[in-house]
Amino acid sequence: MRLLTHNMLACNVKGVVNGYPLRLEAEVVAERPADFNADFLRHIFARIDWKAFVGAARSLPEEHAVADLPEDAEPSMLASEDFLRRFHHALLELHVEKGALVCPETGRRFAIDKGIPNMLLNEDEV
Amino acid sequence: MWFLCVFFHRLLDYRRPEVESLAELFGHLEWKLTENFHVDSPFHFVSLPSEEIARKIAKRSILVKGIYELWGHGSNHQELEEAIKLFPEERKIPYLSSDSTFRIIVDSFGKVISFEEQNKRINGLSYIPFKGRVDLRNPDHKFWLMETDDYGTNNGLPRVVQKKVFFGREIGAADRKLLPTYQLKSRGYLGPTAMDAEMAFLMANQGLAQPGKLVYDPFVGTGSILVAAAHFGAMTMGADIDIRVVRDGRGPNCNIWSNFKQYGLPPPISLLRADNNLPPWRQGLGEVFDAIICDPPYGVRAGGRKSGGRKLMKGTVDPYTVPEDKKADHIPSTAAYCLAECVHDLLDLAAKMLVMGGRLVFFYPVVRDEGSGDPQYPEHPCFAMAAACEQILSFRYSRHLLTMVKTAAYTEELAESARLKHREFKENHLKWMEDGNLHSAVFSPADAQQPPPAGWPERELKPKYRGSMCRLITFD
Repeated sequence: MRLLTHNMLACNVKGVVNGYPLRLEAEVVAERPADFNADFLRHIFARIDWKAFVGAARSLPEEHAVADLPEDAEPSMLASEDFLRRFHHALLELHVEKGALVCPETGRRFAIDKGIPNMLLNEDEV
Repeated sequence: MWFLCVFFHRLLDYRRPEVESLAELFGHLEWKLTENFHVDSPFHFVSLPSEEIARKIAKRSILVKGIYELWGHGSNHQELEEAIKLFPEERKIPYLSSDSTFRIIVDSFGKVISFEEQNKRINGLSYIPFKGRVDLRNPDHKFWLMETDDYGTNNGLPRVVQKKVFFGREIGAADRKLLPTYQLKSRGYLGPTAMDAEMAFLMANQGLAQPGKLVYDPFVGTGSILVAAAHFGAMTMGADIDIRVVRDGRGPNCNIWSNFKQYGLPPPISLLRADNNLPPWRQGLGEVFDAIICDPPYGVRAGGRKSGGRKLMKGTVDPYTVPEDKKADHIPSTAAYCLAECVHDLLDLAAKMLVMGGRLVFFYPVVRDEGSGDPQYPEHPCFAMAAACEQILSFRYSRHLLTMVKTAAYTEELAESARLKHREFKENHLKWMEDGNLHSAVFSPADAQQPPPAGWPERELKPKYRGSMCRLITFD
């Protein structure tokens, strides 16, 4: 699971109001290079919740944690190749292979196994 | 600029929509049909802004046999010769020069021309001053002599009223070599409903998959649709309710990821386990996908499932709760997911999450009842139908590939009515399951149906011919 996916997901258990952002508990993280596509990054930037993105990137285990992302980002930064590279790396090249996504309101844990977040709800949660 | 567009004689309903979609990517188009020709004939005229655009469309397509600069046509070879002689010299000469290589291909529709006869036809073109050298393998210019003749009524195919001969220079043609490369029988990880490669490419073309675009499949299965989208350079994302399919596959080297690796394609941006009935996307994520392309489970070959199984079944203690100590390893039960609800959820999701102008491409099953008129397709205030292409699967039902374009923004009122509908489906689960049961309509014994009128040979009612004529014949 990449940080892009983390940025899109929320806890949708019945009755939960503030199910976002999910706390990322990463146990195993892998880094794999991905093709750089500036157009895609510019397109997806508008859809990213930057605060949650930076929070997740910093919360990764020490050796993978991303510290060089600005606290706030605005579209004008997309003109900078350097910014795009860092954005690309954090968004698409870090994979949480094992861990969990935890609901900030209820503490419900959604397991991540073999890189796949399991967002299916139990019968009493729908 | 008008070109002759000749199609492969298959998936007739899908041919014009594919070229129309690709024209969306590269330029505007207009159609014209040869006089007396039926729309299911392979010979069409298409107007495109330039030769370059025509080449791009032809090369990316799956069903275009060729797009040609027409040098002449007529109802016999005499007329063809006159037409070619009238075609402006300055447009012919650059392709006939002595420093170029060329090849002439003789092709026919509805009949076979013997090898000797083909040579005779080629020699008959001696009035065209070809100065170049013949190269059969890799010519600079390919010329096509194509003809169609009356082959009688064949399998319900409309008759050719008039013999026609075309001669043209090839601008571009579909790369059908893709199909053996991507054929399912050599793919590592397959499921029972993996999408056939040709159809998956057509779906990706309908969805305008291209680099920098994000394509989502909420019923990803073994990823066969996303593989086609990734081939055209799109970023892909998939979800499935079955965790075995999406996470495990058949082992570490036989799963969705390995299917992408097999063709050297970039892996999906994201795969997750989620329920299309209760999608886990955050509030305010908004318009993030450029296309949603999928083959929803409609209960004929594979049934859909949704969350909340035991709770929706009768006879369980209400409210159903999972004991605290069992929560960690609990495997949630799922309930059957009827087609109407599935399509409702899909349209709502697409309306919410597609960018403006983004495309929803999906298969919709239709029971081929006699006299039921035109099929009723799902509708949504945010979408306009761009194409509906039928593929007949059995005597009883067909699937229609629907291409819908998002033309209006998702509003709070739409969200509210979707919420109410969601509750209605949940509260009347069993009723909806019975109403929308396609499986029984498709597989119930034949004798439960109306017997054919006396004297009718039973199988003649629905001709096997698989084009739009079929609907006319069936429902007239």
